[in-house]
Amino acid sequence: MRKCLLEKKNALLAAMAAVSKLYVPVDGADKQAAFAEWAEGTELSKKLNTNRSAKDFFFPQSEDMMKFRVSGKKLEIVDTRSEHEDFILFGVRACDVKSFAILDTVFLVDPIDTYYANRRAHGTVVSMACTRPAETCFCGTFGIDASDPAGDVVCWEDETYLYLTAKTEKGEKLLAALEAVTEPCGDDAADGVKALAKARQEKLPLAELKPDAFGGGKTDAFFNDPAWQSLSEACLGCGTCTFVCPTCQCYDIKDYDTGKEVIRFRCWDSCMYSDFTKMAHGTNRPTQLQRFRQRFMHKLVYYPENNGGVFGCVGCGRCLSRCPISMNIVKVMQKLGGNKDA
Amino acid sequence: MQSVTRKALIDRAAALLADGTVNRVYGWKKGTFAYDVTPALFESAEELERDFVFGDFCGANFSKYLIAETRRKDGKVLVFLKPCDTYSFNQLLTEHRFDREKVYAVGVPCEGMADINKIRELAGDGIADVASEGDKLIVHTLFDGDIELDAAECLAERCKNCKSRRHVAYDELIGEEGTVRENGRFDQVEALEAMTPDERFAFWQNELSRCIRCNACRDVCPACTCEKCVFGNPESGVENKAISDSFEEKMFHIIRAFHVAGRCTDCGECSRVCPQHIPLHLLNRKFIHDIDRFYGDYQAGAEVGSRAPLVDYTLGDLEPGDAVKGGSAHA
Repeated sequence: MRKCLLEKKNALLAAMAAVSKLYVPVDGADKQAAFAEWAEGTELSKKLNTNRSAKDFFFPQSEDMMKFRVSGKKLEIVDTRSEHEDFILFGVRACDVKSFAILDTVFLVDPIDTYYANRRAHGTVVSMACTRPAETCFCGTFGIDASDPAGDVVCWEDETYLYLTAKTEKGEKLLAALEAVTEPCGDDAADGVKALAKARQEKLPLAELKPDAFGGGKTDAFFNDPAWQSLSEACLGCGTCTFVCPTCQCYDIKDYDTGKEVIRFRCWDSCMYSDFTKMAHGTNRPTQLQRFRQRFMHKLVYYPENNGGVFGCVGCGRCLSRCPISMNIVKVMQKLGGNKDA
Repeated sequence: MQSVTRKALIDRAAALLADGTVNRVYGWKKGTFAYDVTPALFESAEELERDFVFGDFCGANFSKYLIAETRRKDGKVLVFLKPCDTYSFNQLLTEHRFDREKVYAVGVPCEGMADINKIRELAGDGIADVASEGDKLIVHTLFDGDIELDAAECLAERCKNCKSRRHVAYDELIGEEGTVRENGRFDQVEALEAMTPDERFAFWQNELSRCIRCNACRDVCPACTCEKCVFGNPESGVENKAISDSFEEKMFHIIRAFHVAGRCTDCGECSRVCPQHIPLHLLNRKFIHDIDRFYGDYQAGAEVGSRAPLVDYTLGDLEPGDAVKGGSAHA
């Protein structure tokens, strides 16, 4: 483990930025935090987390996949991929770091999504433990420890120091490049902060929320539950929950005809939308109840069924504070879980 | 703090359920925290007693829900309407969007609703609870003890600039009726008009660049009631789910603003629900302000059946050339 005086944090960030492009949480004109490229003078946000999740860096909302050009009877396929440049994401919270592992299980299995893999290979994730979680946080429900996040490099902050430790080869490489601005310390140096973070996580309002009633094999137990009716009745069918969610990974692939060429791009899609998965057969989920149910069944039953029991939610709490009607996975779990034997 | 109590609303709703006037109630359902209130249907006095809330976080406007709800089930549905909600209610009736006979509207006074985002700005993350005490909000925080805030400072923008505390529609009213109010809702529009075109473009570019095309603004909007929006219809040819370039995000919002022009009552739901905190109401207010200047003051939803200036023709109408002149001066 290494440490750096908080008053020298700027030099630390400068040293990171010297390694590669560095993105940090910054408050925007809208007073919300968002990842932005660091430059000398950049002030870090004091907010717990960014308004949008960090998944954009690996799975952007929209990206070109290829282009087609037709000349006469010849069809030319243009590969629009280019090798991504290295970048560092600083200040990622435990929930969002875990979301990358969930996205990996979708995009890095055969057939590997090379667009995603390219960004993932070039990104170094520097996470930050949470000592001031919000009331909407419930990462602990899904076994995530906000006092000891995953990441290539993990950081903790107390009143004086920022502590750093590497958890991967990428992380070790980065820490090695930061030797001039950090000093070595014992591996227990951050134990005080960890204990504080742990104690606070355990006392959060949602600390008692347990996922035990859900998981693989529970499709029949929940699919026809009459509670879906009241849970979904006020749902507007907008895509807010899916778009602010760090683990929602559904996308659509569309063609855009510019008149000279066709750009094939993919963009985030939402299971809340009426045309989601509407293909040639035309018989996708016709009611909002079905769409709503799909989203929560995916996170709580289908995903764990296919991924060794891991849930598809990381408890970041974004949907809790962003949903226009304040309906969310916590309310769904409380309502459905309360009616079922674990 | 609201002038009528939760109990007054529950008692009246329960009585109307009991005497058969209505068979269900659209109201606000308590959440996990003080502020995450959900629109919900209540069918019994027990449900009301257990989950119904009325307080400073009951901002949701139920008018639009009446379109689906009146078609879903027979019998009357009771709906609680705050003054600004009644304008949407009337506008939807003007557009023949639901059957008035299937609704029993109960007007409730509103002293303005709090904006949880403003509370977070002032008190930080970690809001364990919020209690209303006179003109103060007491915020119980997770780590910083109790923080006392001036309730007026925590009001939603639309409530700071409240246009009316008078209900324009109801079957019965609980509490005191209010009045149409002097307000500063066009101040920011005028500030934008005073900018140079480049400054104004930069302002909107910056705001709209945050849009994630979640469509929450459209889906909550009581004026957006197309059965199928062109932007959500794969057959329309203009469907777009993503911001594939900086033009598209502007196109969506500007087309939407044009589409609701003359019908938007300025209820402010679009800005309330935007997860990216884009001040979308300013686009609508620009149209409202222009309509007022070009055709005389007009408030959509003030009465049922009024003909909006944009769909009406009178010999005294402004000539297009003058409108454009006015438009370029005020664009």
